[in-house]
Amino acid sequence: MTAPPAGGLSELVSEGHVVICCGSGGVGKTTSAAVIALEGARRGRNAVVVTIDPAKRLANALGLDALSNTAHEIDRQRWSPDDPTASGRLSALMLDTKTTFDGLVTRYANDEEQASRILDNRFYRNVSSALGGTQEYMAMEKLHELHEEGGFELIVVDTPPTRHALDFLDAPKRITRLLDNRIFRLLMLPTRASLRVAGVAVQAFLKTVGRVVGTAVIDDVLAFFRAFEGMEEGFRERAATVLALLEDGGTQFVLVTAPQRDAVEESVYFAEQIAAHDLRVDALVVNRVHPQFGDEQAAGLRARAEHLRTELGSGRAKAAATRLAAQYENLADFQEIAAREHHHLEAIRARIGTAPVSTVPFLAHDVHDFAALSEIGDRVFRADDC
Amino acid sequence: MEFAQFCSTSRVLIVAGKGGVGKTTVTASVATIAARAGMSVLIVEVEGKSGLSAAFGQPNLGYEETQLAPRVRARTLTPDQALVDYLESHGLRRISKRLSSTGTLDVIATAVPGMKDILVLGKVKSLEQDRAADLILVDAPAAGHAISFLLSPSGLLDAVSVGPIRKQAADVTELLADPRRCQVLLVTIPEETPVNELVDTAFAIEDRVGISLAPVVMNACYPQLDLETDVDKVLADADAAGVFVSHREAGHLSDAARFRTERQQIQAAQIERLSAALPLPQIRLPFLFSTDLGPTQIDLLADAMSDRIESIDAPA
Repeated sequence: MTAPPAGGLSELVSEGHVVICCGSGGVGKTTSAAVIALEGARRGRNAVVVTIDPAKRLANALGLDALSNTAHEIDRQRWSPDDPTASGRLSALMLDTKTTFDGLVTRYANDEEQASRILDNRFYRNVSSALGGTQEYMAMEKLHELHEEGGFELIVVDTPPTRHALDFLDAPKRITRLLDNRIFRLLMLPTRASLRVAGVAVQAFLKTVGRVVGTAVIDDVLAFFRAFEGMEEGFRERAATVLALLEDGGTQFVLVTAPQRDAVEESVYFAEQIAAHDLRVDALVVNRVHPQFGDEQAAGLRARAEHLRTELGSGRAKAAATRLAAQYENLADFQEIAAREHHHLEAIRARIGTAPVSTVPFLAHDVHDFAALSEIGDRVFRADDC
Repeated sequence: MEFAQFCSTSRVLIVAGKGGVGKTTVTASVATIAARAGMSVLIVEVEGKSGLSAAFGQPNLGYEETQLAPRVRARTLTPDQALVDYLESHGLRRISKRLSSTGTLDVIATAVPGMKDILVLGKVKSLEQDRAADLILVDAPAAGHAISFLLSPSGLLDAVSVGPIRKQAADVTELLADPRRCQVLLVTIPEETPVNELVDTAFAIEDRVGISLAPVVMNACYPQLDLETDVDKVLADADAAGVFVSHREAGHLSDAARFRTERQQIQAAQIERLSAALPLPQIRLPFLFSTDLGPTQIDLLADAMSDRIESIDAPA
């Protein structure tokens, strides 16, 4: 196994403030986020991990249930059973998109009446629960809230799996743009003579749209924009503040990937998008890297297996040779996959440039408790046993 | 069961599963088997980027149909494009540009959640009715989203009371609920979280949408081998076979054997758990010791899949 390559990640755990884990679906983002936060706490920091839709067992391990939209501290006994006097703290929360959005509305509404008119509106309920991008936006909103009010030294955020890596950067803008829709706002304007013409055109336009989707839908939308009147500015400013936090040097990006061709392609694409936003990937985590057993090549091992299977002896010797051939075949299989993965790791290093790469071994068992998270942490940050 | 029978039970097969379980690989394998059986296949990709074309050794897919292999065609069908198409075909061609440039399209799509999904499924339905292929394979969005994708028509029927969109939703609901026209093939791998998600998805789909489920594909199963994990026994076998194996190499052989044996045990337990939780036949596909799935690997998986399907009893 290679020497511990944890420079970038290690520094980020010790000194980073906001860490965002991004990457495509199924590569282990949530696990990586938990490992990073846990490591921060083990190093004495006050750390929190924001998870999005974690697997049930991992959520249980983190003490999360459906009602955990605010950070709560995990008993030190559970994450540091060997050193109950450790000075770090570890908290976790599971993002609840709708509750977070509701909180934002309540905060920016002029009064309770306006807030409840919005919260009860059907169009708003769709925006806050079903609209693509809302989850990303609220993850960033939550991050901002923790940054402002939580007193945490290290905030690690998992991101929803998306096709476009940076939905979480674009979502705030997209949603404020939606809430700021020109056509619908035209309808809200006082009908000065010069605008009446536009108003009529817009009305005709909406009537046509209403014929396709139903007028009740249009009514809901209009009611929403009417209720939302006056809050756009606050929302826009808030979104700008959230984005400023992401673009500020204190936020670091960890790109999580896996050593397969398609995952590599996607992470290269992610890295390009991050660069296009004038941000950079600060560390790369390659999850589930198969172990390598020695440095014998697969082809040689397979030839050995073939030889044992076909050319050796009879009776007891033959049986032993056949068993041994299966052992060689198995070793060859693993060496082959290790070699392919190594090739992809090299491709990641070459194509994603400067970011230090940490590899996380594929464990023989599944990861869903603190023991396993700690084991991964040990392998990534203290790989001297490999 | 013959594959032709397996496939001909429905013309539309929606392949769904959590990210990273090999949904696209399975889609490619099913397409390969169907094409071998002489059927024409159309693969519909709804998420834009996927490794589908790479699996067939072809460049990226576009909105136009592409021939990926003999008798296998593919195209993407993105929600955004489906919405624009729909509006254009409903007399809104003139204003559809204005709809999207002003962001009003987003407002409307938000006002009618699931609208874009319905339109994608609506397109699939018209492909089915036009007999675009003997088998239409839909490479569905990743798991969590798959449920909302498939639930979208029934949700919309509740939200919208009139209009052509409602008609569309009703047509799609009819397609989804008819097992002779449409089935869902769920894909997972033998690990705890993917198995849990598969079980949740299966129940959500059957209970709430009334869609029939095809056999479940359990992907990436290690072929079960009985290996020696004890280094001394490996050395003893080398002695008995009359070959020299260094102590170091014997260590690697037994370490690799131990790793595989542990993974095999976990997998066996998860396969068992899925059988207990979900009374559906399982098609187990072997883990290929490769990181890149191209035409060669797809052929291997297609072979394995045909064998498995033949061993499933035909429904009475």
